[in-house]
Amino acid sequence: MTPDQQREIQKRQRSRSIVMALVLGALAVLIFAVALSKIANGTMH
Amino acid sequence: MALEGETGPNAVPMPADWRDFIALTKPRVMTLVVFTGLCGLLVAPGHLPFVLAFTAILCIALGAGAAGALNQWYEVDRDARMKRTAQRPLPAGRMDRQSALHFGVGLAVFSVLLMGLATNWFAAAILAVSILFYVFVYTIWLKPRTAQNIVIGGAAGAFPPLIGWAAVTGNVAPLPIALFALIFFWTPPHFWSLALFVRTDYANAGIPMLPVVAGEVPTRRQILLYTAIMAVAALAPVLLSLTGLVYGLTALVATGVFAAMALQVALRRESDPARMGPEKRLFKFSVLYLFLLFGAVVADHWIKLI
Repeated sequence: MTPDQQREIQKRQRSRSIVMALVLGALAVLIFAVALSKIANGTMH
Repeated sequence: MALEGETGPNAVPMPADWRDFIALTKPRVMTLVVFTGLCGLLVAPGHLPFVLAFTAILCIALGAGAAGALNQWYEVDRDARMKRTAQRPLPAGRMDRQSALHFGVGLAVFSVLLMGLATNWFAAAILAVSILFYVFVYTIWLKPRTAQNIVIGGAAGAFPPLIGWAAVTGNVAPLPIALFALIFFWTPPHFWSLALFVRTDYANAGIPMLPVVAGEVPTRRQILLYTAIMAVAALAPVLLSLTGLVYGLTALVATGVFAAMALQVALRRESDPARMGPEKRLFKFSVLYLFLLFGAVVADHWIKLI
């Protein structure tokens, strides 16, 4: 593997990790908001 | 997968870029799915808190994305043979098939579970059926076998207004069923007008689209026939008093334009894709048509509320 290829792999892994972290964070916030909304509307079963 | 541009035994496996996962979900197709789902949700009687409504639309988008990803996972060999799809992440070699499969299945399961938890399990069940229908009935069963693939398979794309409605009400009613019928009968003229000018691509990929199997003239006739049925479906909501005047006028004018364009396509005898201007215009207008009609359903609903 050439240094260029190694750099490209690391770059992709880093950007994927950042996107994954952002998506998971957004989902955690969304699911919390869904739970709050259902509790507030008395539809939590 | 291999570094872009590199193939052969010395190619270094590369992790797919995150943008390739986005491309796997067919974002352009998703736009129409989200819009029709949103319209179904907006015209449904009852109230869904904003967060839950947003989540319902997100689930429809994720479900559509999952179906798109699984479609591309299954069709990688066919996509590689078509100019229109050869640059997708899988045929271009930017992603391995297993990643696409895991991504698609994961997204499908997640979207259905979240829909069920956020809204109701009836909406989640319709979402699950729409994903399964698109993957198993359309992609795997019908598409490679019959020229009627998009006629029956069109049902997969017609589910979103039902899902949006069901997310609010927990049931279905005549209006979302009429909207389902509209998309269902809109699909054949939409896809066959495209198939007319990318016929060679479909033929190369071995997909038995109507222009490949039956030829151009029967396809042009079928476009006109299905446009007539679609016109009935488009006017049905107003004739059945499910919608009002705004929708009625919009449907009348837009369907008139659609029918005129379909008639022009039906009467033409042109096999050179480079000279298929009316066919390309019909394809583009058909997308606008659906946006217009669904927008009018919502406008009608809001006017009634004022």
